[in-house]
Amino acid sequence: MANQVQYIFDDQNLNKSEPQKLDAKDLKRDEMIVNIGPQHPSTHGVLRLEVVTSGEQIVEVVPHLGYLHRCFEKHAENLPYNQSLPFVDRMDYLAAMNTEHAFVMGVERMLGIEKEIPKRVEYIRVLVAELNRLASHFLALGSYGMDIGAVTAFFWMMRDREHILRMLEWVSGARMLYNYIWVGGLFYDLPVGFEERCSEFVKYLKPKLQELERVVINNSIFVNRTANIGVLPLDLAINYGITGPMLRGSGLKFDLRKVDAYSVYPEIDFDVPVGEGKMGQLGDCWDRTWVRVQECYESLRIIEQSIEKLTKEHKRDRDFDPRAKVPKKIRPKAQELYVRAENPKGETGFYFKADGKSDIPFRCKARGASFVNLSIINELAKGGLIADLVAVIGSIDIVLGEVDR
Amino acid sequence: MKIEEIIDVLRGQFSELSFELLENSTPGGIIIPLNGMVDVMQFLHSDERCYFDMLSCVTGVDNGPEENSMELVYNLYSIPYDTHLAIKVSVPRQKPMVESLVAIWKTADWQEREVYDMYGIDFLGHPDLRRILMPADWEGFPLRKDYKEQKYYRGMEVKY
Amino acid sequence: MGLLDQKLGQGGIVISKLEDLINWARLSSMWPMGFGTACCAIEFMSALSTPYDLDRLGVIPRASPRQSDVMIVAGTVTFKMADRVRRLYEQMAEPRYVISMGSCSNCGGPYWEHGYHVVKGVDRIIPVDVYVPGCPPRPEALIGGLIKLQDKIRSETIVAPKAVEKLLAESED
Repeated sequence: MANQVQYIFDDQNLNKSEPQKLDAKDLKRDEMIVNIGPQHPSTHGVLRLEVVTSGEQIVEVVPHLGYLHRCFEKHAENLPYNQSLPFVDRMDYLAAMNTEHAFVMGVERMLGIEKEIPKRVEYIRVLVAELNRLASHFLALGSYGMDIGAVTAFFWMMRDREHILRMLEWVSGARMLYNYIWVGGLFYDLPVGFEERCSEFVKYLKPKLQELERVVINNSIFVNRTANIGVLPLDLAINYGITGPMLRGSGLKFDLRKVDAYSVYPEIDFDVPVGEGKMGQLGDCWDRTWVRVQECYESLRIIEQSIEKLTKEHKRDRDFDPRAKVPKKIRPKAQELYVRAENPKGETGFYFKADGKSDIPFRCKARGASFVNLSIINELAKGGLIADLVAVIGSIDIVLGEVDR
Repeated sequence: MKIEEIIDVLRGQFSELSFELLENSTPGGIIIPLNGMVDVMQFLHSDERCYFDMLSCVTGVDNGPEENSMELVYNLYSIPYDTHLAIKVSVPRQKPMVESLVAIWKTADWQEREVYDMYGIDFLGHPDLRRILMPADWEGFPLRKDYKEQKYYRGMEVKY
Repeated sequence: MGLLDQKLGQGGIVISKLEDLINWARLSSMWPMGFGTACCAIEFMSALSTPYDLDRLGVIPRASPRQSDVMIVAGTVTFKMADRVRRLYEQMAEPRYVISMGSCSNCGGPYWEHGYHVVKGVDRIIPVDVYVPGCPPRPEALIGGLIKLQDKIRSETIVAPKAVEKLLAESED
């Protein structure tokens, strides 16, 4: 019944599968190569960093990826569009609803049914996407606090995240990987009583966010560890393709929900927080963290407005069927499409190539926000200390499922 | 700028290269030839009329052994002008080689490494072309249409 | 009166088998090495924090394999990671146990069909004691898996293997 152990052990296995890029013979005097290996409590997943340090100061950082490469693109080339939705979930597993939203928007645009989706469906999609954005930011802030040393932040944020996960479980049936936003609609309508519970949650959360700001974000120790660390200039950020809170922390007001104006975001009133360099230089780690906290407040505003729309104008109705527009056969015409949406981590993009003959995409590429955001780690961490490297990685907010896909 | 205007500007600037409109593409796309690609990209990056400062996505597409070609699709985006553009380049399947765009957009570094890892397309002038997602001693390029998995890796079966 | 008070009431002496004592000590303080790869690691972290506190079972995550008893393989194991998993398992000191958490490490999970880079079950690399199904398993399911491992530890003996060896050696002669 159980598999047998088949692994053949060899001393050189580690070196053959992922050799070091730098050689110990090329080091200058007083330099050493430190391997922050794939299993480490501080890296957010299986990320390996090869760090050349001169004493405590970092000279170069070489990231090694691929320890979680799960072949999403191969699965997408062999499965119909609606059947590859669970795999889309598992790419950015902290913000599964947002990634699903991007994928589903792309397929609907290819089929041409994007404008026919009922408004209630769109508002529910925005509601769950913003709840998931809150959950993702909570985990980012909590684990960042734990990396810096403020373990209290971790427990407080996980407690609040539990409330969100329970609500999303009530909606879709699963705590983390939902398979809820389907091509053309949703899996089920919102359960009865959800809107009231959600409004109570919004009222409960605002003082908790203010408490987090007072205790952790404006704490002088936190500020000392994150201000003026990992400063990201704006033109370098754009050249490296950085998007999301990292780009907004460097001063550019660029949010895809406002720029592309997809779904029902044009009808909702919210601001886009931009880093201002309050506690140090513009574009340092503190700015990026501050942008994330302010985005949580904005998400709460969006959730309040969506609930109001869902209880007044687009009320629940006995005849409403969220699967009304779900097509029986998804067979788009031959075309190519690039769609992008605002993930909590940045810009999640999907490139589709359909050949018009089948319901399986010819090519589906996922542009992961964390993959592109991580490429800048060498520029940010150079010249700092090893403890600063930990602070920089936490502020980039990577999730390895999206880096390796 | 609309896609036809961009094609006109490019035809005016590079009269010896031929540009075609890419059919059925959202956003609008242009097919450009393989030689002179770097000059065209440099022009698109730095000219004030179009100023495509962000390279969103580099994709490799394998058309299969019958058609005998592979394609590279570059999705560009201009933040000041809010314009998308898709650029497609066709590469022969037997020995695929393309020039690297790392000098223009630094984000092409890792994305081209990924295309090399999955398809085997060589990027000339890339500072560090190694496999990025697969192990260094993996055989084959996984996303090609005629890819067969190896039977064993370190003694473990690769298939279920 | 509590259990310990009842037992200690008559003179402060508790009589038990050595095996029971050792097994009770081992199962009440299983320290896992945090080996989270993917989504299941997030559920493992949720299980460690409120409200599914794992600290009440004596479970404290340790960073180093040398200081841990149990390795909870949470998440997909890929071929690139396989070498590292094996090396970390070899670095753990005995007695060591392995819990395979989630579909991906049980059998390859949803990636069994077209995943060329996914190891179809971590038991192709290291021997596994308890499998916890789910994708991802709820924190309650992980606690159930830990309790099942506790039952397994409770039934261990330090004497019997030697007796069985002697019996087998005698029956061969």
